Amino acid sequence: MNAQVKVENHARQEIRYSTCYMCACRCGIKVTLEQGKVRFIQGTRNHPTNQGVLCAKGSAGIMKQYSLAKLSQPLIRKPGSERGDGEFEVISWEQALDMLAERLQEIRATDPSKLAFFTGRDQMQALTGLWAQQFGTPNWSAHGGFCSVNMAVAGLYSIGFSFWEFGAPDWDYAKYFVLWGVAEDHSSNPIKIGLEKLKRGGGKFVSVNPVRTGYSAIADEWVPIKPGMDGLFALSIVHVLLTRELFDYEFLARYTNAPWLVIDRPGHSSHGLFLRDEGGSPLIWDMERETFANGMGGDIAPAMFGEYVAPDGTKVKTVFSLAVERYLDERYAPAHVAAACGVPAETIERLALEMAHVALKEAVELPIEWTDVWGHKHDKVIGRPVAMYAMRGISAHSNGFHACRAIHLIQMLLGALDGPGNFRARAPYPKPIPPHQLPENNPDIINAANTALSRPPLGFPTRPEDLVVDEFGNPLRIDKAYSWEAPFSAHGLMHMVITNATNHDPYAIDTLILFMANMAWNSSMNTKNIQDMLREKDPEEPGQHKIPFLVVVDAFHSEMVNFADLVLPDTTYLERHDCISLLDRPISEPDAAADAIRYPLVEAGRDVRPWQEILVELASRLKFPAFTNADGTRKFKNYPDFIINYQRSPGVGFLAGWRGKNGESSLYGEPNPKQWEKYIENQSFFAHHWPDGQKYMRYVNRGYLEEAAKAGFVGKVEPIIMQVYSEPMQKFRLAGQGLYAGPQPKDPADRERLSKYFDPLPMWYEPLEQQRVNGEEYPFFALTQRPMFMYHSWDSQNVWLRQIMAQNYLYMNAGRAASMGIEDYDWVWVESHNGRIRCQVKTMEGTQEDTVWTWNAIGKQKGAWGLKPDASEAAKGFLLNHLISELLPEKQGERRITNSDPVSGQAAWFDLRVKIYKAAEGESGSWPQFAEVRRLPTDRAARPDVLRYDARTQEKH
Amino acid sequence: MRLGLVIDLDVCVGCHACAVACKEWNASGTTGPLSDYQPYGAEPSGVWFNRIRHYEVGEYPDSKTVNFPMSCMHCEDADCVTVCPTGASYKRTGDGIVLVDQNRCMGCNYCAWACPYGARELDRSSGTMKKCTLCVDRIYDQALPVEERQPACVLTCPAHARMFGDLDDPQSAVSMAVRERGGYQLLPELGYNPTNHYLPPRKHKPIPTGEVVYGAWAKVKKLVNRVVKR
Repeated sequence: MNAQVKVENHARQEIRYSTCYMCACRCGIKVTLEQGKVRFIQGTRNHPTNQGVLCAKGSAGIMKQYSLAKLSQPLIRKPGSERGDGEFEVISWEQALDMLAERLQEIRATDPSKLAFFTGRDQMQALTGLWAQQFGTPNWSAHGGFCSVNMAVAGLYSIGFSFWEFGAPDWDYAKYFVLWGVAEDHSSNPIKIGLEKLKRGGGKFVSVNPVRTGYSAIADEWVPIKPGMDGLFALSIVHVLLTRELFDYEFLARYTNAPWLVIDRPGHSSHGLFLRDEGGSPLIWDMERETFANGMGGDIAPAMFGEYVAPDGTKVKTVFSLAVERYLDERYAPAHVAAACGVPAETIERLALEMAHVALKEAVELPIEWTDVWGHKHDKVIGRPVAMYAMRGISAHSNGFHACRAIHLIQMLLGALDGPGNFRARAPYPKPIPPHQLPENNPDIINAANTALSRPPLGFPTRPEDLVVDEFGNPLRIDKAYSWEAPFSAHGLMHMVITNATNHDPYAIDTLILFMANMAWNSSMNTKNIQDMLREKDPEEPGQHKIPFLVVVDAFHSEMVNFADLVLPDTTYLERHDCISLLDRPISEPDAAADAIRYPLVEAGRDVRPWQEILVELASRLKFPAFTNADGTRKFKNYPDFIINYQRSPGVGFLAGWRGKNGESSLYGEPNPKQWEKYIENQSFFAHHWPDGQKYMRYVNRGYLEEAAKAGFVGKVEPIIMQVYSEPMQKFRLAGQGLYAGPQPKDPADRERLSKYFDPLPMWYEPLEQQRVNGEEYPFFALTQRPMFMYHSWDSQNVWLRQIMAQNYLYMNAGRAASMGIEDYDWVWVESHNGRIRCQVKTMEGTQEDTVWTWNAIGKQKGAWGLKPDASEAAKGFLLNHLISELLPEKQGERRITNSDPVSGQAAWFDLRVKIYKAAEGESGSWPQFAEVRRLPTDRAARPDVLRYDARTQEKH
Repeated sequence: MRLGLVIDLDVCVGCHACAVACKEWNASGTTGPLSDYQPYGAEPSGVWFNRIRHYEVGEYPDSKTVNFPMSCMHCEDADCVTVCPTGASYKRTGDGIVLVDQNRCMGCNYCAWACPYGARELDRSSGTMKKCTLCVDRIYDQALPVEERQPACVLTCPAHARMFGDLDDPQSAVSMAVRERGGYQLLPELGYNPTNHYLPPRKHKPIPTGEVVYGAWAKVKKLVNRVVKR
């Protein structure tokens, strides 16, 4: 019996290619539309990112598109209503834009810093950053400060590329892979594709993570480390590698600053800086010529160890001598760190030896010819096939910058960087260390009316002079980025904006624009208090809030929208033009430079506009120089026109594919008026595949660097020497010690932090909050992660995804819970120094005994996100955020300081310590609870009890 | 021909990509729509042909987390078919796919009780039983590119943990994988002879670490320069 199979009615269907936006991964999607409705979303087969596959979020894009939480018209807070009460009136786009443009014009003409513009999970920072720069405000960043800045910055100050999005494991040749902490947040599909490749090839997968979920489930070995101890564990591995002389001597000598000479002159302003020649080049001791020589040059035979005396009598020592002296110390011995890390000493030793064996004894050799930057021809590439990756698990600690640098140190010792089988760079990286871009810090320019900044708001300081502070050392940015409190905060500190703006510290602002950032809920630490701050009135200015005007731009009815004074409704990712640019966060893979676009596939059918269009429109109305012709007319008709015709430097624009008048050039070339059409013809992405000779060792690969210079990835062709020892760090440490020949902090708290934490070599210290919280009173580490099917998807509104999880629990180690008399589904109180919450417990084996954790951002405020008030997310789900303070616990005589990494400003989400006790009989339901978010006046759709989505127009069951 | 799935538990990370791709395809497929109950309310649920179970084996710190996708096994001796009073449930002779004729099903639930794998899903709105069709409306669709004539779950799986093919053909990729990796059926003792197979986690060979003498360098602390030229 074989009934006839009915297949698709293809005559009614159309196929379109675009780019997913359900998370940060940006996979290629092939979208089947049936008479305008989304029938099927699948992965694009040839796309460099996802190679045809697609994750749960990507496939659930249909339900995102048809979400009832979509905003549909501009809204203004009802006159006379209280902010946060969610009473809105509809206004027209013209009214909204006139009102906003007028307000912005006034700010720009008086004090441009009074505009703060912060963006959440956007993928167009090249545009938003340019917009802020052109406006003239330093107060811009995206959400990286509370996401992953430790990974980006530690990498860019150490190896020239980084975890996060500037590098990837080389799955084709890797034989050993170490995943440090939770990393389900970035490169979601490439990592899943890669893990299978690795395991199919017989490679070993080691997961260092307090929790065995997600990718860790398939690890060949699980190392349940205590949270925040990764840096110590990594440095113990360094100890083992050094004690057994298991490192790649050639790699260190040729490609790192291990042989560079460091001045040994304690108490002097030059102490710890590199010995340099008159031209400023760092020096090494050449063993053959027996003289000092340029450490950047070729044809040198540098000494790796030793103390030398410079002609002027200065004593110097090699970087590697300093490193070896430090890490050979017994305090890094496995036996010494085992208890603190929660990992047996034998395990630490064995893992170090395994890595060394694979790197040094099982090297991959590829017969690929390449020429190094010094002109030497090589007939092969040698790969040390130990790959690593790390993300949030390392990043979200206040010692994460150093922990990440410690991991990079292991990679340098093993010679396992940008070679076959290890951790490789993704274009436009590697870049000089750090990249040659400084943040605008000239107060005269920042304070000048109607004046664009001369440089972008964000960049990479190398010395105290580069900080964004005034003549008294006070922060010039509202988030205090690039102040003494967080000198390398290259992604800003978005998590501090609302607190600082409310406290008028360092100053009051007028308007805060938030794009796609749920700062009134799961994206803020200390959520309940943050909501109160958003409501807070200014006693000095009757009727005015501490943050006078709040503009929220989003496509969906988030908790943040509820606090807006003005709501600008955005489009969905299937409804607009977008560009995923190499000037921004790359989608390149190690073998190809790549970028991509989106274009409208579905009619919006609502009175919404893409935020990109609004930015171009406002920039034109306000006559930003880059958006205005000499005669005062607007330069760009709209966003697509801007993308084609804007050039950052001649030949370099937002899209790298099909440049040149007729689309004949790649990476650089004149604007092409038909560029969008070319992308659409080519499945909406562009990939420049590197020839074999340009695929590896790119920090010194001449062929690659020449191409990179033409494309504007690097300024010029010069070696990128990896920094075992960071001189910029030492300069800040000198400033803290009162020795720097330049600006120094006045506040003793800053002096102490710089002296302690700006160690030029990777170090480990107890996370800052934990230094001030009684570990006996609060015995548990508390963490969050997001499930793979929701990471970065910013919606548990999704009708399909929320069926997989609509309530989160507090997960505990089963044995530990039993010892406390706690059982599955018990309601418990969880208390930190900052507050308490009530939630429901589930026990499991795969959790480190001193750790509790939950899935983040499942909990929702009642009524938000288009959900019914009885939705499980609001009634039973919870946020751990209430327990986490954005400020360190108070210390007598000290100003309040951010709960962030002291180097990078990274929000220290994972430093939390808690105590747990059973709720009293009868106490149930999650707590705290919040007032129900009102329905928007534009939201009149019924919430059906049954949904039967079907893209077909006929034949239904 | 005996079409079915082989699922590799060594690499399944439990990401639910297969489950959602299945839902997405089949919502507008031959037996769609697939109802969702309380889609915006408390305890949302719905009709899914493929569900991922997560469980743990062993005790901390040697515990393992196992992700186990489950859908219709397309059994050779399918009780769900024999118990069906209306003949709506049937097993195709040509390829062994078990299907439910939506026009004949009266939603009596007998098949769901008969299925030990929990693979049957009653759609309360249509009042009919629904289940994995192996995307029969994809795999035979000549209008799709050849490489896409696969079940949606297989097509999308980011970890390539799912394979589709003819388990009757000893030379097929799925049969070879089952042979080489020790693939097994779920609950074979029940005698339904399920077509779908699972591949167990691989065992990793120990990496040699004994070739170096511990502490040689630490004790001597001899820092020896070597001539290495750039």
